[in-house]
Amino acid sequence: MTLYPELTDEKRRELLNSMVLIRTYEEAILREYHADKSPGFDIGAGLIPGEMHLAAGQEPVAAGLGAHLTKDDAMTATHRPHHVAIAKGVRLREMTAEIFGRETGLGRGRGGHMHLFDPETHFSCSGIVAEGLPPALGQAMAFRRGGGDRIAVAVAGEGAANAGAFHESLNLAALWKLPVVFVIEDNDWGISVPRAQSTSVTSNADRGAAYGIPGVRVEENSVEGVYEACGEAVARARAGNGPSLVEVHTLRLWGHFEGDAQGYRTDLEGVPGRDPLPTYKQALVDSGAITEEDYNVMTASASERVEDAIDFAKASPTPDPADALDYVFSEGARS
Amino acid sequence: MSTNIDPARQESAGNAPASAASTGAPVTGAGVSTATDAETTAGGDAIDTGTGRAPGSSATVIEPEPGKRKLSTAKAIQEAIAQEMRADDSVFVMGEDVGPYGGIFSSTTGLIDEFGADRILDTPISESAFIGAGIGAAVEGMRPIVELMFVDFFGVCMDQIYNHMAKIHFESGGNVQVPMVLMTAVGGGYSDGAQHSQALWGTFAHLPGMKVVVPSNPYDAKGLMTAAIRSNDPVVFMFHKGVMGLGWMKKNKRSIGAVPEESYEVPIGKARVVREGTDVTVVTLSLSVHHALDVAEKLEPEGISVEVLDLRSLVPLDRDAIVASVSKTGRLIVVDEDYQSFGLSGEVIASVAERQPQLLSHVSRVCMPDVPVPYASQLEYAVLPTATRIEAAVREAVAK
Ligand SMILES: Cc1ncc(C[n+]2csc(CCOP(=O)(O)OP(=O)(O)O)c2C)c(N)n1
Repeated sequence: MTLYPELTDEKRRELLNSMVLIRTYEEAILREYHADKSPGFDIGAGLIPGEMHLAAGQEPVAAGLGAHLTKDDAMTATHRPHHVAIAKGVRLREMTAEIFGRETGLGRGRGGHMHLFDPETHFSCSGIVAEGLPPALGQAMAFRRGGGDRIAVAVAGEGAANAGAFHESLNLAALWKLPVVFVIEDNDWGISVPRAQSTSVTSNADRGAAYGIPGVRVEENSVEGVYEACGEAVARARAGNGPSLVEVHTLRLWGHFEGDAQGYRTDLEGVPGRDPLPTYKQALVDSGAITEEDYNVMTASASERVEDAIDFAKASPTPDPADALDYVFSEGARS
Repeated sequence: MSTNIDPARQESAGNAPASAASTGAPVTGAGVSTATDAETTAGGDAIDTGTGRAPGSSATVIEPEPGKRKLSTAKAIQEAIAQEMRADDSVFVMGEDVGPYGGIFSSTTGLIDEFGADRILDTPISESAFIGAGIGAAVEGMRPIVELMFVDFFGVCMDQIYNHMAKIHFESGGNVQVPMVLMTAVGGGYSDGAQHSQALWGTFAHLPGMKVVVPSNPYDAKGLMTAAIRSNDPVVFMFHKGVMGLGWMKKNKRSIGAVPEESYEVPIGKARVVREGTDVTVVTLSLSVHHALDVAEKLEPEGISVEVLDLRSLVPLDRDAIVASVSKTGRLIVVDEDYQSFGLSGEVIASVAERQPQLLSHVSRVCMPDVPVPYASQLEYAVLPTATRIEAAVREAVAK
């Protein structure tokens, strides 16, 4: 694991801490999701029904990117949104309540785990592949008009880079020199389709050239590598120099969605050794940036925050069926 | 021809005698035909000949006895595709995760093992490109089955669908055919949220140029898929996830049923009375058929007799069957998992209102109200056309 000499130990602890919080969160959702789906597996059953896309293994992208963003920047994400939402600072309790479909959730239980909207942190996500990218452009337009150096970040998987919306968004952002950073999480798989079978280039970063913007690929799933690459892209956007594209070669540690048996997956054998979390932790212990004790404190406090959010969600009321028709419009418009 | 076109008449193909479907136009799998094909004959009574079969194929079997063998709807679809692929090598499948994964909802399980990656193609997440590619291949005489994983994703590729797939035959004056199947998953009930739970068949049916079929059970799924593949027109084949018989979703007991082994067609455009009754007609389709049947079974001991009409196709819409049933019962309830306004339910009622307004002594709708599908199951089940809502509607109808 490459450590970048410029980083302070404090920054490193911050990055690791963020990764730990994300992993703790995803493990807890995993547990809660499967707790009441049996016997067998009924996707619609339990306290968390529906599809569940978890991002274990992709913590470096979220942590390395999130470290450069403030609450006032915008982020659009995908069907796999928890890790980047956490790194963006989305309120954990309200996000969790949304995943549990509760009235206290970010979307009052209407949206669900693929539809998290947090106006406080300007975070949103979409379940339609690549369709989160275009709105980021508009957020960037609004920010530029408002003055200051706020930026918008659009996160998508490598599968999304083959969709029209990706290419249209890159072109438009480049043309209008918008303060946008496009971040592609290449986890090798778009559900069951390996990237080599879906993508004509070996690096999506190369696609930046087609639109005249910088494209960088971070080949190692390392939080510090992501931190470096995103740092440059974010600085460029903040300085008014236009958009950039960063692709990170990351890892989907678990299935595409929960319940995915992954029979198609040819790379599973090597996966445990590629887990970025223990690797980074060990590198920091070895370098003296943290002690084992520091790490234990980190994981304990992450657990505390995550369990608090889950308790909050579970204790929250479910939506009243009588309100099922609310919130279609801001004003009553039903005929 | 008069400019006063009667849409009901235009869509009367579904009322043709079933045997007519086997009297084919002499198309041999080529996508290009002349305007003299039976389908384009004047008068609006044209029949979807559904031929275009490889030369030498035997006479088309229409709705044979179901027999004893039971399959899930997913398996029935796979079997229809496999049989057509064996008979005609212009048939192929493409879509996301249709290869080794076998389709997210198991519509293509095992096909890659028999037919290989040349004919079962996994695509990138580039719906406009691969659906458009399906159109081009169809125009050149192939018979693609293209899967759009969830109908909700039509937003990213609708131009290919409604401005191209659906219009080429018309714009070419009938000179170019697009014999393609757009297969897609529809429906909710398992908390997949507003972007993965919609029915949307009314949207496709609203736009001219596509046939739209929505099977409710394994038997119809196989027969309609076979007919769809053989059709020389684009057919949107919409399967509800809840009727597929998937192991990982709450299963409807009728998602597994008797399916003949032989290849056969269910004619596109013919509704089916799935339960006879005398007090009230429930016109419905897809998963809601099963809810309606459950309600009919439940109310029978109380002496309430419910007729259930499974539309099976939206385009063509079997308006005769609707009117025939309502003329028997005098009461009409439309149950539709699609959004209520501007869609199928209004169209069904209009078919009766235009033809036999005096029949409409009672009309009501049990539909998805005009709200995006909510995530939380308490909310989702408040808006889905559940058996509870259907039962209430039936009781209200017969109380009058
Ligand atoms: C337009 C559209 N097509 C297909 C899908 C179904 N789908 C959901 S996630 C996914 C794979 C996405 O792969 P990638 O973008 O690499 O993200 P990852 O899941 O690996 O995080 C697909 C095909 C969708 N949601 N939207």
